[in-house]
Amino acid sequence: MRIEPVIAEPKKRRGTALRVAVLGGVGLVLFAVLFFRLWSLQVVTGDRYLAEANDNRTREITVRAPRGRILDRDGNVLVDNRTSMALELDPLQIPSQTAERRKLFASVAEVIGRDLDWIRARYRRELESNPPGSPITLIRDVDDDIVYYLQENQARYPEVQINRVFVRRYPQGLRAAHLLGSVGEVTAEDLEQEGNQDLEAGDFLGKAGIEQTYDDVLRGENGLSRIQVDSLGRVKGELQSKNPDPGDSLRLTIDPDVQAAGEAALSSIGLPGAFVTMNVDTGEVLGLASNPTIDPAIFTRPLTQAQVDGLYSEDTGAPLFNRAISGAYPVGSTYKPITAVAGLDAGSVTPSTVIQDNGQIEISDQVFTNAGSEPHGPVDLRRALEVSSDVYFYLLGADLNGTNKLQQWSRQFGIGQTTGIDLPGEASGLLPTPAWRNELFANDETDRPWAVGDNVQLAIGQGDLQADPLQMAVAYAALGNGGSVVKPHTALQVEDPAGRVVDEYQPEINRTIDLDPAARRVILEGLNDAAQQPDGTSYGVFGGFPVPVAGKTGTAERPPNGDQSWYVVLAPYPDPEIVTAVTVEQGGFGSDTAAPIALQILSAYFDREAKAVGGGSGNVE
Amino acid sequence: MESSRIPRTGSGHYVPKVGLLERAGLRDMDGWMAFSALGLLVCSIYTLSQTSAQVVAGAPDYFPQRQAVYGLVGIVAMIAVARIDYSRFRELRVGIYTFLCASILIIFAFGVTSRGSTQSLDLPFFTFQPAELGKLLLILSLAGFVIDGARRGSERQRTLRYLALGLAPTGMVLLQDLGTSLVYGAITIAIMVAAGVRWSHLAAIGAGLVSFIAVVLVLMPMAGAPVLKDYQQERLTSFLSPTSDIGGAGYQQNQAKVAAGSGGTTGRGDQATQSRLGFVPERHTDFIFAVVAERYGFVGAGLVLSLFALLFWRALRLMTLSKNFYGTLVAAGIASAIMFQVFVNVGMNLGIMPITGIPLPLMSYGGSAIIATFLMIGVLQSIHIESRAGQRGPWSH
Repeated sequence: MRIEPVIAEPKKRRGTALRVAVLGGVGLVLFAVLFFRLWSLQVVTGDRYLAEANDNRTREITVRAPRGRILDRDGNVLVDNRTSMALELDPLQIPSQTAERRKLFASVAEVIGRDLDWIRARYRRELESNPPGSPITLIRDVDDDIVYYLQENQARYPEVQINRVFVRRYPQGLRAAHLLGSVGEVTAEDLEQEGNQDLEAGDFLGKAGIEQTYDDVLRGENGLSRIQVDSLGRVKGELQSKNPDPGDSLRLTIDPDVQAAGEAALSSIGLPGAFVTMNVDTGEVLGLASNPTIDPAIFTRPLTQAQVDGLYSEDTGAPLFNRAISGAYPVGSTYKPITAVAGLDAGSVTPSTVIQDNGQIEISDQVFTNAGSEPHGPVDLRRALEVSSDVYFYLLGADLNGTNKLQQWSRQFGIGQTTGIDLPGEASGLLPTPAWRNELFANDETDRPWAVGDNVQLAIGQGDLQADPLQMAVAYAALGNGGSVVKPHTALQVEDPAGRVVDEYQPEINRTIDLDPAARRVILEGLNDAAQQPDGTSYGVFGGFPVPVAGKTGTAERPPNGDQSWYVVLAPYPDPEIVTAVTVEQGGFGSDTAAPIALQILSAYFDREAKAVGGGSGNVE
Repeated sequence: MESSRIPRTGSGHYVPKVGLLERAGLRDMDGWMAFSALGLLVCSIYTLSQTSAQVVAGAPDYFPQRQAVYGLVGIVAMIAVARIDYSRFRELRVGIYTFLCASILIIFAFGVTSRGSTQSLDLPFFTFQPAELGKLLLILSLAGFVIDGARRGSERQRTLRYLALGLAPTGMVLLQDLGTSLVYGAITIAIMVAAGVRWSHLAAIGAGLVSFIAVVLVLMPMAGAPVLKDYQQERLTSFLSPTSDIGGAGYQQNQAKVAAGSGGTTGRGDQATQSRLGFVPERHTDFIFAVVAERYGFVGAGLVLSLFALLFWRALRLMTLSKNFYGTLVAAGIASAIMFQVFVNVGMNLGIMPITGIPLPLMSYGGSAIIATFLMIGVLQSIHIESRAGQRGPWSH
């Protein structure tokens, strides 16, 4: 402190000292009040407030966001949500001591009318399958009276919570089941994966099909409600909340008429099979199904072991298996157009080259025969496709052996590779090559090295070849559109919950192949003859079809099973819009089962087109 | 700072030893006042750095860093103002008063609304709240008008004139922000007290104020014509019964009180769950005192209150030291403004005053308030420097 010099005060007004004293006095009182209050609050009653602060607990409640809907091309709802009341146990509240836990389970078992063992088994399974900290879901779709009872007696069951959850709903039943896929609760592995940082235990995500591929579109953003609870868990107030952000809707390229016709036709045959219908230029999948099918709704409830077995068992036809994108089959004569392209390119034949087909031929001491050893006489390429002369293509296969041309063109068309469709679980199949077989042989994994017979078999889609309907559809689409190998896709556009389009998926092309237009023309002519000329292999099916088409049957031997029936068709000829590939396991001749299915699908497609242009000329019987 | 530092030679001539403070013209600053202001700023930055780490993702030091920058700007502004003879502001009273009213009106046109009240302007890099600076402008101009009109009119006329001049900006600000307008009102009353307005007049004003509050808070809502918005009314009345609506308006108040109380004698440090878990609302601004009280206990909160008491005492002391009556009035206004804000804010944190949105000077996070408060202290320093200069006589300049 400085020492104040003793100098006369500046001239002051009357009473200023009093006024200063008053203001100072008021200030003194106010500070005294504050100090006293602070002292009484902290020092005198501090313990009480400390206890109150320790009692102050928050509980964060995740408000789940509904997943987006999945619509077909016309906007019909394929998947949406319903709400369900789920009875959950709070993992933090479950007693760690066995005896107390048993008591809790017993009381819960009594409320929901199950026995203790059922609850214990359920608890153990949830604990194993879910990441730590997830609520233990005992049952979904709890009855209302149980909900009311538990809510009224919340204090007696602090460990039990009733949560409103969203469950997938399928208004159209089994429609497009293999495309749609399913959702499931996140697992510990899911949480570790890249891009899943915002997921938390108890969330749902797509586990198969479109639900899986477009999970990021469909998944909403959960809201959060932070509530203050006292030590008894009673809600004291809401601190803050964030509303959930529902997921966007996904509109598919799926044409409801094509999809329905294909599914109905497949299931009417009653054999395992699959079909794909696709736009040849854009790769938009208009229909895709696999038979036998599944009820997607079974995944919304806990599965029983019998149900799980039924999904995978050979006896039931392994319904979960999507044959359209993961079936691995020889494709039979539907392969011949690819062999034709390779043969023309290699110069083995020209379109006018004529070969005498006597029903069988001997190539390096091995006899190869036509189906039923039927002789077709002199055939050029167009005729060979029309009547499906095996001898013509056996000769091409033999001639192309050693040039690798057949394998090169097959690869160009996408055989033996995944197509990149936006569905998980696609199989690549197998394109047999000399290098492949020779390596197997070198490793003692097969009985013989590559031989000319392998190429002869490949030329008619037999032997070791494995492909699925989707690969065949893509290959034929390339033929139909002049050489673009499209990337098939099922998603058309993303729409926000209000229905506004927020994103559109553009067609993609995997590659363009250098297809000779003259070769393409003659092959399509041959395929058109095959479908709609009296000698054609599928004339019996498509002969009366009002729309010109170019289609090829296939009857693939698949020992020990019966013949695999195939049909791949481009329509309308000669400038195709769509391709349809159909296969039926043990379906016999291509014209017996696969082609009639394709007919149903094309009818549905062109019927719809005809309606779209006003019900005019192109009407289909 | 000490006058004895100036050595006297035998010949009677000064040989000034020119130090840094002298060169800045700040030799006669009040050291204790500067100490209390800087001490409070340091407390604020330290508290912010301890409590706000998880608030702004990726920038744990966001609040303390910005507060430090505001503090530095404020200190520079304080030094600049301290070097000006505050008496000049008396001559500029009309201009200052006009600017004050204009700046309040401009908010109506261009203001940004935040937390239910409109009181700031969006400038580049900065959201400026003119009402904060307005406190000082009101003090400087109102004190000027008092001196100017001290001999004109009867005593009653003078009282009414002061009241009108003070209540005009108070009323305008009331439409924007209740807390700030209360400060304006307190400043008006304090300057009138210091100016020597008759006690009977002051008593009449007090009676008027009480009946006004009764009409606004009780009679008008009962008659179905509430003056205040619902949230304002709730904030003002909920402190009377904080437990009645624990999830609503009384919630914040109660949580702040629990936070302060739980701090005990020495504080909970990092165990301070009330502020860490977000139970304490507005913990960087209006309720920073509750955070201090919870983390550092009676010791820490008492230190902060003591620094304010020191500041208030040094400001009040200038009323008697001032070289002229204008300085006395200005010191009274500034001392009361700070005192009023401290009492209302801390009282609100401790559950004995309603929630009015008044920041704690030099502690609450916020650039406008920090800089405006340092400007006030700059004016106080100017009063101090001028009073020393007057006493030292003609040689000192």
